Amino acid sequence: MVISKAPVVSTREIHENIFLLEARCPVVASQIKPGQFCNIKITEFSSPLLRRPFSVCDVNGNSIYFMFNIFGEGTKLLSRKREGDTVNILAPLGNGFTIEGDYEHAIIVAGGLGAAPFPFLTKKLDGKKISTFIGGRTANDVITYGMENIQTATEDGSLGFKGNVVQLLKNNLPEIKKHKTRIFSCGPNPMLRALKEFCIENEIECQASTECAMACGFGICQGCPIETAEKDKYLLVCKDGPVFDVRDVII
Amino acid sequence: MSVDLSVNIGNLKLQNPVILASGTVGYGNEISNFTDLSKIGAIVTKSISLKPRKGNPPQRIVETPSGMLNAIGLANVGLEVFINEKIPFLREVNSTVICNIAASTIEEYVECTKALNDHDTIKAFEINVSCPNVKEGGLTFGNDTNAVGRITEKVRAATGKPVIIKRTPNVATISESAKVVKQEGGDAVSAINTLVGTAFNIRTRKPKIFNVTGGLSGPAIKPVALAKVLEISRNVEIPIIGIGGIVDWSDAVEFMIAGSTAFQIGTINFINPNAGLEIIEGLEKYCEETSISKLSELTASYQI
Ligand SMILES: Cc1cc2nc3c(=O)[nH]c(=O)nc-3n(C[C@H](O)[C@H](O)[C@H](O)COP(=O)(O)OP(=O)(O)OC[C@H]3O[C@@H](n4cnc5c(N)ncnc54)[C@H](O)[C@@H]3O)c2cc1C
Ligand SMILES: Cc1cc2nc3c(=O)[nH]c(=O)nc-3n(C[C@H](O)[C@H](O)[C@H](O)COP(=O)(O)O)c2cc1C
Ligand code: FES
Repeated sequence: MVISKAPVVSTREIHENIFLLEARCPVVASQIKPGQFCNIKITEFSSPLLRRPFSVCDVNGNSIYFMFNIFGEGTKLLSRKREGDTVNILAPLGNGFTIEGDYEHAIIVAGGLGAAPFPFLTKKLDGKKISTFIGGRTANDVITYGMENIQTATEDGSLGFKGNVVQLLKNNLPEIKKHKTRIFSCGPNPMLRALKEFCIENEIECQASTECAMACGFGICQGCPIETAEKDKYLLVCKDGPVFDVRDVII
Repeated sequence: MSVDLSVNIGNLKLQNPVILASGTVGYGNEISNFTDLSKIGAIVTKSISLKPRKGNPPQRIVETPSGMLNAIGLANVGLEVFINEKIPFLREVNSTVICNIAASTIEEYVECTKALNDHDTIKAFEINVSCPNVKEGGLTFGNDTNAVGRITEKVRAATGKPVIIKRTPNVATISESAKVVKQEGGDAVSAINTLVGTAFNIRTRKPKIFNVTGGLSGPAIKPVALAKVLEISRNVEIPIIGIGGIVDWSDAVEFMIAGSTAFQIGTINFINPNAGLEIIEGLEKYCEETSISKLSELTASYQI
């Protein structure tokens, strides 16, 4: 874990209201794994006060990339960062996706901005058969940047399958059953819940990246609890997660 | 010129007045990745209770203008795990450890103090009679000056180590209870704990944190905290550990001028986990520039 003042290389709008920020940060670029995140102090001032957590979207040489939308004040300021500005990064944080293991088929399931960690994961899954399922409410929410072998689902039917992404996955069950599969997922909680049910029913391994409001991002504030399958115990999203085996947590 | 940064709180001598506040550094493990705890004046543990506490459901925190609300609900590992798993690490990092205790009865405060008294890693106790986020005990004790007196008296009797009573700002006159702490043999008061606050989501009309209200901390509370420190300083002769919204050395100087012997930093640790060491450097420079040879001269040096 390091704190690094990283120069911004560029910020591009790659999709309507979706930004990709590239920052030069060799120490983090060399250490970080897919699914891990960075806690970013956006300005030097006391407003916004806290750091903001972002998944690492991609790594290329000394550069790391973040994908985000304008949600509130912090992300608005972040979207305006240009060459010559800096971002203060605390990283790498959390446990990322477990890529190693005995499986042939990697399936990525993303909802909306849940796509953020997957360009980097896709790169690191070298050698596996990859299928990507991306869902959103409308065509505009579907972000395919940096991913491959994609099927899409939209609730209004404006792009791809009409319905949600887990229904689309169900339709592909016969194909999925042919290989030993591991699912990597990130997205809104209702999607993750439906996915968890599907995976448990069909005995498919599934890792999900979860979210929670955070103050520190590295385990000192106790601000980010997630309920565990064994009752009466919380884990911390920042330190024990954000990626969990779906069987271990209550989403 | 070499500057003497050391301060004394009762018979507790600190190499400098920078203390890491309870609940903002866990038990030291994680923050030691970013900062050298052996150089910090002292570290206060997360509040320990007799039994482990699960804490409140999410959402536990939310940012507010220049501050944050938290309702962690005193989530902690409990006395037994603290002794077996956390103290060994704290011993190793060679830091001055102040153990913060939270309880819902006077007997529980005493039992915890006794159980920890023999551990020489723990150099002092800070008694949290002021947590706003648990239903029983905590704040209700904190609001009752008589109860604060009784707790001080009983804990005092249970240990020879310095006893610091942590005060809530959620009372009309904080100096009254500081007087009682002094009368009953407390060595110092630390002030302030967080201020009760809330925030709503305007779309759902629901509170942003599950517990409805939480404790406000960060730069937003600094002026309130300074006024409380000043109030105690002008009315009671007892060492004060100032807390509330400190982010850099200049805030720290302000707290010392207002009457603090030492001070604690909380929320800033989440943002800059090396803030403590940076503050020490800043204090040293400030003393050199203003020809102060002993930092403790600053305490209560207000010109009013
Ligand atoms: C592990 C992790 C990875 C993330 N990765 C990405 C990413 O790659 N791209 C992206 O666009 N967004 C990501 N997010 C969400 C991102 O952190 C928030 O969108 C961002 O904090 C919004 O900041 P703001 O100032 O614009 O919004 P504001 O609403 O002004 O402020 C955000 C505040 O809301 C609180 N908050 C409440 N609920 C949440 C929640 N579920 N998640 C985060 N903060 C919350 C935070 O404490 C924060 O202080 C991630 C969140 C987490 C926890
Ligand atoms: C997330 C969080 C958890 C806290 N937990 C405790 C606690 O367990 N016991 C305690 O006495 N104070 C606790 N506090 C209060 C701090 O120790 C401190 O009094 C307060 O945050 C004000 O200082 P600051 O503005 O520098 O943060 C907590 C504060 C925060 C922000
Ligand atoms: S965000 Fe502080 S413990 Fe997880």
